[in-house]
Amino acid sequence: MYSGQAEFARNRTVTSRFLTGGTWLTQSDKKYTAPHIWNMELKHFTGPQYKTLIQTIRLRSRRPFLKEIEKSGLAACARMIHSLFLVNSSGDIFLEKHWKSVVSRSVCDYFFEAQERASEPENVPPVIPTPHHYLISVLRHRIYFVAVIQSEVPPLFVIEFLHRVVDTFQDYFGVCTEAAIKDNVVVVYELLEEMLDNGFPLATESNILKELIKPPTILRTVVNTITGSTNVGEQLPTGQLSVVPWRRTGVKYTNNEAYFDVVEEIDAIIDKSGSTITAEIQGVIDACVKLTGMPDLTLSFMNPRLLDDVSFHPCVRFKRWEAERILSFIPPDGNFRLLSYHVSSQNLVAIPVYVKHNITFREGSSQGRFELTLGPKQTMGKAVESVLVSSQLPRGVLNVNLNPSQGTYTFDPVTKLLSWDVGKINPQKLPSLKGSMSLQAGASKPDENPTINIQFKIQQMAISGLKVNRLDMYGEKYKPFKGIKYMTKAGKFQVRT
Amino acid sequence: MQRLLQLPASAVNMVKTAQGQEEAKSPVLTPDGSQATWYSAVRPDELRHLRAGNVTEDTGAPAEDGGSTAAQIQPLRHDDLKEMLDSNKESLKLEAMKRIVAMIARGKNASDLFPAVVKNVACKNIEVKKLVYVYLVRYAEEQQDLALLSISTFQRGLKDPNQLIRASALRVLSSIRVTIIIPIMMLAIKEAATDMSPYVRKTAAHAIPKLHSLDPELKEQLIEVIEKLLTDKTTLVAGSAVMAFEGVCPERIDLIHKNYRKLCNLLIDVEEWGQVVIINMLTRYARTQFLNPNVNESTLEEGEEKEFYGSDEEEGKDEKVEKKKKPYVMDPDHRLLLHNTKSLLQSRNAAVVMAVAQLYFHLAPKAEVGVIAKALVRLMRSHSEVQFVVLQNVATMSIKRRGMFEPYLKSFYIRSTDPTQIKVLKLEVLTNLANETNISVILREFQTYIKSMDKDFVAATIQAIGRCATAIGEVRDTCLNGLVQLLSSCDEVVVAESVVVIKKLLQMQPEQHSDIIKHMANLIDNIQVPMARASILWLIGEYCEHVPKIAPDVLRKMAKSFTTEEDIVKLQILNLSAKLYLTNSKQTKLLTQYVLSLAKYDQNYDVRDRARFIRQLIMPTDKSGVLNKYAKKLFLALKPAPVLESPFKDRDHFQLGSLSHLLNAKAGGYQELPNWPEVVPDPSVRNVEVMDAKRKEKKLEKAFYSDSEGESGPTESANSESCTGSRSESSSSSNMESSSGSESEESEGEPESEKEENPKRKTDKSSRVQTTISPTFSSLKTYELLHRITGEGLAVGYCFSRQPFVPDPHMVTVQIQFTNHMDTEARNLRIQEPRLQSGMRIKEFPEIELLPPGEAVTVVMGIDFCDSTQAANFQLCTHTRNFSVSVQPPVGELMAPVFMMENEFKKQQGQLMGMNEIKEALILGDACQSHCVIIQRVTSAANLSQVPCGSDQECRFAGKTVTSGSLVLVTVMTKGDRTAQLTVNCEKMVIGTMLVKDILHALSQ
Repeated sequence: MYSGQAEFARNRTVTSRFLTGGTWLTQSDKKYTAPHIWNMELKHFTGPQYKTLIQTIRLRSRRPFLKEIEKSGLAACARMIHSLFLVNSSGDIFLEKHWKSVVSRSVCDYFFEAQERASEPENVPPVIPTPHHYLISVLRHRIYFVAVIQSEVPPLFVIEFLHRVVDTFQDYFGVCTEAAIKDNVVVVYELLEEMLDNGFPLATESNILKELIKPPTILRTVVNTITGSTNVGEQLPTGQLSVVPWRRTGVKYTNNEAYFDVVEEIDAIIDKSGSTITAEIQGVIDACVKLTGMPDLTLSFMNPRLLDDVSFHPCVRFKRWEAERILSFIPPDGNFRLLSYHVSSQNLVAIPVYVKHNITFREGSSQGRFELTLGPKQTMGKAVESVLVSSQLPRGVLNVNLNPSQGTYTFDPVTKLLSWDVGKINPQKLPSLKGSMSLQAGASKPDENPTINIQFKIQQMAISGLKVNRLDMYGEKYKPFKGIKYMTKAGKFQVRT
Repeated sequence: MQRLLQLPASAVNMVKTAQGQEEAKSPVLTPDGSQATWYSAVRPDELRHLRAGNVTEDTGAPAEDGGSTAAQIQPLRHDDLKEMLDSNKESLKLEAMKRIVAMIARGKNASDLFPAVVKNVACKNIEVKKLVYVYLVRYAEEQQDLALLSISTFQRGLKDPNQLIRASALRVLSSIRVTIIIPIMMLAIKEAATDMSPYVRKTAAHAIPKLHSLDPELKEQLIEVIEKLLTDKTTLVAGSAVMAFEGVCPERIDLIHKNYRKLCNLLIDVEEWGQVVIINMLTRYARTQFLNPNVNESTLEEGEEKEFYGSDEEEGKDEKVEKKKKPYVMDPDHRLLLHNTKSLLQSRNAAVVMAVAQLYFHLAPKAEVGVIAKALVRLMRSHSEVQFVVLQNVATMSIKRRGMFEPYLKSFYIRSTDPTQIKVLKLEVLTNLANETNISVILREFQTYIKSMDKDFVAATIQAIGRCATAIGEVRDTCLNGLVQLLSSCDEVVVAESVVVIKKLLQMQPEQHSDIIKHMANLIDNIQVPMARASILWLIGEYCEHVPKIAPDVLRKMAKSFTTEEDIVKLQILNLSAKLYLTNSKQTKLLTQYVLSLAKYDQNYDVRDRARFIRQLIMPTDKSGVLNKYAKKLFLALKPAPVLESPFKDRDHFQLGSLSHLLNAKAGGYQELPNWPEVVPDPSVRNVEVMDAKRKEKKLEKAFYSDSEGESGPTESANSESCTGSRSESSSSSNMESSSGSESEESEGEPESEKEENPKRKTDKSSRVQTTISPTFSSLKTYELLHRITGEGLAVGYCFSRQPFVPDPHMVTVQIQFTNHMDTEARNLRIQEPRLQSGMRIKEFPEIELLPPGEAVTVVMGIDFCDSTQAANFQLCTHTRNFSVSVQPPVGELMAPVFMMENEFKKQQGQLMGMNEIKEALILGDACQSHCVIIQRVTSAANLSQVPCGSDQECRFAGKTVTSGSLVLVTVMTKGDRTAQLTVNCEKMVIGTMLVKDILHALSQ
């Protein structure tokens, strides 16, 4: 069944290209050509001549002078994202962009007010109503992206878009920091211009954007300054017009390779006695595909029934998944997230580490005991690495005096955050952290219990047992190099005490 | 290059000073001034090098204070930019533009550069051009006259042979908010809307709201353009067209009718942002066009009400009986929408998932809403902002449909690392989900939360416990005891919150809990939070009969501290004293008088007012009237217990997922979600006419449908645009677009769209429509019913549209097209004297009153062929003549597709062996080599649906006969070298044999 469909799809592609190509696509390869230069023309229109030009243009228009339009009447039709402000952690607006008429910066005052009211940076409400606008913000990399909205729009639409903007910046500049944005302000502006038209998303697929605007690299910056060439793509993008809008055309590699990373995260809450209250496995498959031409890949699993709830990159053919539980797709070029999934909660989740803890405060004394021991459990013989334990201690704790059997620990007396970098767990000699805490003298014993957050990594294992069966490629002749990697990480892994 | 790198620092400085002098000499350079000869002396490369590093710091810092302190510096700087813009070197221009854009980005004013920048609009360099566009869009509004100079460039761009240049010209042209060019914009949009390239048409759709916001008077003209764009069949345009529709004329729901099915079918291939807009719009549309699928539950109540109020009792009863008789049948279009959106729950875009979720919540039958829970729970793994919005919506949903989220209870457990706003929302959801079975688990969780370090969250938890206790009677005592224990906590916020909640709980059954009241009376010495103190005082006053000994003592203490209390506490002290005076005046008379006199001179007028009021009421003087007789009744009336309610109750009158829902207030431009209609609006409005679209079909249709409405009820006619619609429109351009626009996935779309009903529903006896069938994608073959010569100018053709015949599912839908080739109009077209085989039935189409010459009209009738290929004979009458005609169905049209999975197929096949199985070997025709051609041939020969299967060699199809519903299973197994084996399993052997013959014929061609 499959090969037939692929063939059919290919045939369609060819025919549609043929049909469109005959009229437009061939011409689109031409560069922009401006038939004449304004400078020359403008010279003739100075002084009175210039006025007559304006006059003629005015006369040509049927309605020469339009009455001022009331703003209130516009509210209903002004849609989607109006403006964007980027605010850094110290509360400065360092970039603004408007897609419609300019909205004054003072609108951000409402945001700053809310920011002051919130105790933590992440407690700023994502949606803030102001008398004339609504502010929708996201916080990423300690930068607030504040979008200004004038009328009804699904808030998730804006939030999701803002996150997409951040992802794009990260993709382009490696990091998304204030400095990176300031350094590349022109590229940022060009990107924002392409991503939204009149406040409505236009091109958000990174493959297309990269065709329109080349990401800056050190090499290119050097070359550009010397040769005077630019970041803007020489070729006009065809991706948006092609049958596969997420993949650019004419991809070429000498080494054809496709790598897939299966990364699973365990979210768990463990209660005081060590029993699991809730545990879930969330996984993603991230891909890095560098293949020439238009490859059509299929990825199949040994045990696809494990996947309970999935969400796909738009390239995945949903119907094939539904019918056969096979991932069939024409991949975008480069890095992308193919799939994220949730392993059904019916399956028992193996918890790879256990924690023995004894944190006590005695009434009346200014001392408390702290004991913590970690150990591996259900790891299927793999080592538990990069273990990091952190805990928010009660406000009454002044300082701690602890003794780690391995690794190092730090305690911040201001935020009361204790973190212990354990490293690798050795099953023969279990890591432990023991010692005493000093409390405020005279204060009653804290009645809250700290929770312990644990991070860890286990290489070469997907904890759910998910296994990729095979990866096949159709549509291209060469033999690609294929690789797959498994990893298990702790997601939100909490132990209550 | 070498030289540049070796350029000594002194040289650079030299250049810099030289440049500075130059600027000083000519502070105002005329924009069109002769090209600075100075520049030609220095190599442009060097200049750029010199400036490149300074982009951020150099222009930024001085420009900032330029406005006030260094007023002279700024024009100088800008002159420098102007010069660069005027130069011949593109690299200089680019550098200047980059600096200008950086200024704009920081919010600095760069408007005085307008004349210098606008000249470069026709620059050859793409990047310069783009940056000039950025500048233009930002400042054109302020400098309208100058902006006009750029217009002709864009007008030229609109005619460019390259589609991308046309699109970008239109984009910038429409973004320049200059009122004078409105007519030019209008013209450009109109032209672009009919452009060959879908990309340009998309841009046109984007430009429409821009123009509308500039001049709302153009609305009517713009609606015409939108109407045109909505009919577009490419996925690229669909989203933007709907966006324009929503922006300009969301109330014109009638524009959607004809495009509804097309939009539903395109939806999966539209880009994600377009999907959100389309789904939201279709939700509103469906609310106006379909019946409430959950109507059965509410009908009963409504019916009773009618009976009760109705003036004519008889009529009311009849109506009720009728309603009960008529079970709800979902409109196939409604089903189509639900089906096509379901797979989008798997989208990676949270906004799309949310849009589908709200669609299901507002439109789906109760039993099906559950599917969205899983997807929504998945979204909670996303960024905290997404979580925030999703949880708000889940909170609303969980009140109405608690069962939906119960299986995911644990996903809402709170982690100490969650931000407070998320914690509070999760708590809200947990509280909404609490019921008798899970309350113990939830309370155990709440106990952990109370020990959290986040005090706001602890307070919210205590309130949540209070709500659980009021909602679930069994745990009230447990909760109360738990809360009382909290009273001994050392944290004041916790204690205060508990007191407030306990007060509310006690109000429900005060008799049993006098010990708690006593305990709280003891606490008053320690608690400082005014609200808590006030609550305790109120409690003691209200139930002073239960604590007769303690109450006067408390009043004594409070009288002592009266002057230092907060106002809210003072008011409660007054209340307490009044109540005690009324019940126990012997002990408290003096105390009360003392408190009242203190209050008389209080600073707060509320307190003074209250004191005066109370004194008059409870201490009668000769002047006071009759009221004091009722003082006891006034103060010690039985007060109803407060109802602790979720703040999310009744929020679902806002469309979920909307900004208005989130804020619980109507946002500007919010479109109200309409209520379900009482009676079915005419479903035929969504039918797309098969006949030539260029004809004036509208007029005809009106004449036809307005008459038929009463008698025939809903008719499902015609087919959606995806089959014949696009094909009969012979224009090559539209064909090309529809094939290029949709993705390769469309080949799979065929079987998928027929999965309308899941197998489980099929067994449901109460549902009348057993399988709903969506239009098949194969082209329809038209047969002749009456030739134009024998018909004396009236030509009649018929085809089998493969739509379910809604009035009777056992009938085959026959679509009949009348074309009048006469010079005079034909009148009263109708069917008479059907001569049918026994058992056959016919459902005539409503009479066509008038068919003007040269016009064509299409109607739909249903025929029950009793699963035989015998012809149905009848007379076709006009106002002058009768013609005997007959409709003979090919065997393939006597069945309707059934969706089943491979396993079920094999199981059913196993039951239809032996006599019921017919096997035939065949040689595939030349054109029939590929898999999909086979599928296409078989589905066009017979109305079957493909069964998804894993093997490359096999194609399976399933259907059932329309009348008797017996299964028809077809398997085509290819064996390489062009041979194949065909197997047909069917209970009805005659049908089976004939079908084998037809399919053999189709495949060996």
